[in-house]
Amino acid sequence: MQFFIEVMVGGLLAGVMYSLVALGFVLIYKASGVFNFAQGALVLFAALTFVSIEKMGVPFWIALAITLGIMVLMGVAIERIVLRRLVNQPPISLFMATIGLSFFIEGLAQTVWGTEVHGLELGITDEPFDVMGVFISKFDLFAATLSGVLVAGLALFFQKTKLGRALRAVADDHQAALSVGIPLKHIWAIVWAVAGFVALVAGMLWGSRLGVQFALTLVVLKALPVLILGGFTSVPGAIVGGLIVGAGEKLAEVYLGPFIGGGIENWFPYMLALVFLLVRPEGLFGERHIERV
Amino acid sequence: MKTNSLKRSVLAVAVSLGTLAAGQAWAAEQFIPIPSYRVGPYASGGSKYYGGLIDYINLVNAKEGGVGGVKLTYEECETEYKNDRGVECYERLKAKGEAGASMFNFMSTGITYATMDRASQDKIPLVTIGFGRADAKDGSVFPYVFPLITSYWSQASAKISYIGQRLGGMDKLKGKKIVNLYHGSAYGKETMPVLEAFAKKYGFELVNVEVPAPGTEQQSQWLEIRRQQPDFVILRSWGVMTPAAIKAAAKVGFPRDKIVAVWWGGSEEDVIPAGEAAKGYIAGSFASDGVGFPVIQDIQKTLYANGKGNLSDQAAIGTVNYNRGVIGGIMMVEAIRVAQGKFGKKALNGDEVRWGLEHLDLSPARLKALGAANMIPGVKTSCANHEGSGYTRFMQWDGKAWKPASGWIAPDNSVLDPLVKASADKYAKEKGITPRDCSKEK
Amino acid sequence: MIYREAGQFKINYQSDSAILPIVQDRMFMIGLMVVSFLVIPVLGSDYFLAGILTPFLILSLAALGLNILTGYAGQLSLGSAAFMAVGAFATYNFMIRIPGIPLLLALVLGGLMAALVGILFGLPSLRIKGFYLAVATLAAQFFIEWALTKFGWFTNYSSSGVISAPEMQVFGIVIDSAAKKYLFTLAIVALLTLAAKNMVRSSLGRSWMAVRDMDVAAEVIGIPILKTKLLAFAISSFYCGIAGALWAFVLLGTVDPQAFDLHRSFQVLFMIIVGGVGSILGSYLGAAFIVLLPIVLNLIGQLFHGAISTQFLSNMEMMLFGGLIIFFLIVEPLGLARLWQIAKEKLRMWPFPH
Repeated sequence: MQFFIEVMVGGLLAGVMYSLVALGFVLIYKASGVFNFAQGALVLFAALTFVSIEKMGVPFWIALAITLGIMVLMGVAIERIVLRRLVNQPPISLFMATIGLSFFIEGLAQTVWGTEVHGLELGITDEPFDVMGVFISKFDLFAATLSGVLVAGLALFFQKTKLGRALRAVADDHQAALSVGIPLKHIWAIVWAVAGFVALVAGMLWGSRLGVQFALTLVVLKALPVLILGGFTSVPGAIVGGLIVGAGEKLAEVYLGPFIGGGIENWFPYMLALVFLLVRPEGLFGERHIERV
Repeated sequence: MKTNSLKRSVLAVAVSLGTLAAGQAWAAEQFIPIPSYRVGPYASGGSKYYGGLIDYINLVNAKEGGVGGVKLTYEECETEYKNDRGVECYERLKAKGEAGASMFNFMSTGITYATMDRASQDKIPLVTIGFGRADAKDGSVFPYVFPLITSYWSQASAKISYIGQRLGGMDKLKGKKIVNLYHGSAYGKETMPVLEAFAKKYGFELVNVEVPAPGTEQQSQWLEIRRQQPDFVILRSWGVMTPAAIKAAAKVGFPRDKIVAVWWGGSEEDVIPAGEAAKGYIAGSFASDGVGFPVIQDIQKTLYANGKGNLSDQAAIGTVNYNRGVIGGIMMVEAIRVAQGKFGKKALNGDEVRWGLEHLDLSPARLKALGAANMIPGVKTSCANHEGSGYTRFMQWDGKAWKPASGWIAPDNSVLDPLVKASADKYAKEKGITPRDCSKEK
Repeated sequence: MIYREAGQFKINYQSDSAILPIVQDRMFMIGLMVVSFLVIPVLGSDYFLAGILTPFLILSLAALGLNILTGYAGQLSLGSAAFMAVGAFATYNFMIRIPGIPLLLALVLGGLMAALVGILFGLPSLRIKGFYLAVATLAAQFFIEWALTKFGWFTNYSSSGVISAPEMQVFGIVIDSAAKKYLFTLAIVALLTLAAKNMVRSSLGRSWMAVRDMDVAAEVIGIPILKTKLLAFAISSFYCGIAGALWAFVLLGTVDPQAFDLHRSFQVLFMIIVGGVGSILGSYLGAAFIVLLPIVLNLIGQLFHGAISTQFLSNMEMMLFGGLIIFFLIVEPLGLARLWQIAKEKLRMWPFPH
């Protein structure tokens, strides 16, 4: 039983880390209907930028501020140079553009900051502490809290502020939003900047876990099932999806793995998501679209 | 505007097709293809490895004017560590130079496998130092493949011997429990039969635990390991799996000095991302790191002091991957030197270089003369033994640098040789190859 | 002036429904076939045939398969590589387990196997749509990759898990040289392209497009959604399966699950988006773009060899590749095939556009 709880708690906490990456996708999708493939590249770029600046001897918080500035600039630049020219194009073209973007950003990151790998210490030791025999990682707890705060903030932002509502309007229909006077360009620039910020947070946490290296772009694979489970358009969905995926895959690996051969963590979350989708095709929290002829 | 940009792109394509068609002319020169990878996930290791290799080639050119008066030339081709790009590079470079490509050193298992048939057909040897098909040690079936110094199977054997040493004798292995944490891929599973054979021989319990590729998440595996309470964990990792494993081990409180990793997990790139957690971690090695070797200092003096080095970041000199590259260079250049002894001082073709690879004799004295004493174990190849050594040593990361944790450990060939033979025979049968008679080769 | 259809009359139904109704197009196609079947194998170097054209053709076939599913039937999929893997492994297993089976038969059986798996993973498409479906097809991608690595039976218990492809023979001819491999690939690809072209012009193709444009409306006018969607999955997977078998047997010479990882799926998807969704020609143009561009960039980079650090060059190539994708999408979001169409329209008017 104790082992079960330990696996589950570990899974839930890991799930929150997935949510953090999924959040970046949700933000962009919610505001512009773009499936942003470049999110993984942004995570890498943010983490690499931060570490490289800190290595120059810049103090932690200043380095963080500079990186945030760069990420915001980057978000604005992406809107200016790429997305603005693709307004009203089919979603699949926009998707492809973000793929081009991810090649570009990955190349840029390694051109500017080099291919060297770095360690990243946030000053939180990853030693476990003991709660009635169950080991819980301090670092995971910290990451989970941070993500929780971030998600709560973003959810409030989307639901309660004028800007948030404008974002949702844009996502629903670019042209209609434009015609009622919502400044599309600004909105997109803002949302890409926020996505850059989320990428930075994800990059820092994942970077301190895996080291800052190219493989950071791979964490996206863990975020995708979270995304479909929670729904592309729901911020709380990303968190709930993350929890389900995290706990589900760990429990499956430990308890189901021995029977079918182990190493099932890669596909299990997708199958899980698939089952959920068959019941609710828009994800758990996705917006339901009524189809009319 | 639109047509303009179209025109420009058409022009660009035309220009590049032109370069495709135009061959280049070479004078009496020995051509070495460099299929490197300097972008993407493995760029960090790839840049250093191929940087070291190119530096050594340039050193030989600068100091001796090439090998036996024949200048060494090279051309790079970006493989991105992808099999199809590797095949493209192979085809691009195989016929370049006066006598074609000398040999290929892909530093990638996948590309090596994908080019194996082509290479035997084209009679160009493949050099796979430390990796590749373990059964290619049998040169009678694999005349063109050279898993030099140490194959995966030899390393697996060395790991068991090392653990035995740590325990105070091979007989102490009895009743112990060892977890084999492996990458969920063909590569990861490659050593399982060997480890099982050793488990039977020494009577320890082997538990195989798979980490799904790429290995960013290992929490459940390490919880499982903690539940199993093993005495040692053998880490058969690759890429990001290594630092993630070290971090996860720290998280469940598993002592890092009880982790014994494959050499792919034994470079700075593997431990630096794990930070403090990596202190005490142990990994295999076939080429010692550091700048203490005369050959490395020579490269610094002759090339980098004159701005002719291949790497822009000089801090990389002496790192594990860089030194592996230099070793790669030494093996390749020595093969050409040996082949020149038989075929004369001219540009040699792949088949002639193959003879050189098969008659390498890097004795400790020869290594000392090359400025690489004790950097690698002595290597002596023959038709029946394409590996030439099989020795592996282990290094421990102290938080800043790798420190030797053992001497060179010999493989247990009484267990390995039958496995190599069986596997090579199976391959020969599948492919319809009649093995050469090694006793007739000179 | 050259490309003008004035004076070409269609006097019967047959000529009206010809694949290439315009004489110039027919001449061009015949010319292309003559060049690719007769001239290129003779003149092309090994590098050009084996290093460039063969991978290009095979991936075009995979892109064609995905284009049937995504471009014509409107079902977004990220599992193409998995179906390629099924095709490759099935072909391999048919070849070693049924002694003396002809290569072509094994290939077709491999394709059919992929089609079966495709139907299985196509079932969720009845309920799930758009990007949700795309991510759901990832389940196929990861599951198949896992299963092929996990179960030794698929790899015939090879110690390394990577199996080398057996020798290929068609009608007694051993396919070993670069030119033969190229011709073999070309013949299969050309045949399957012809089949695809006819399929999308048939009633099946039209019902695919109806489903793509709006499946509810299609259902209302009496198109059987289930059958149409599953057929799209089956045929698309068949194409991908054949492509996968060719990739493993002809190009790599090894059957390795890692050759069909997620990146391959993405690569195939890139091809159809850049080339043109819902266009047969687009599959080829897209494959050319995605396969050849990095190589061309690398070759251009080699010209600067020595002047600039290789590290920098390699990364510049990657950036340029990404930048060009964006550039082409901005210039023509509907893909290269659309650019081709525009060029043809212009040519029709040339030299007097008004």
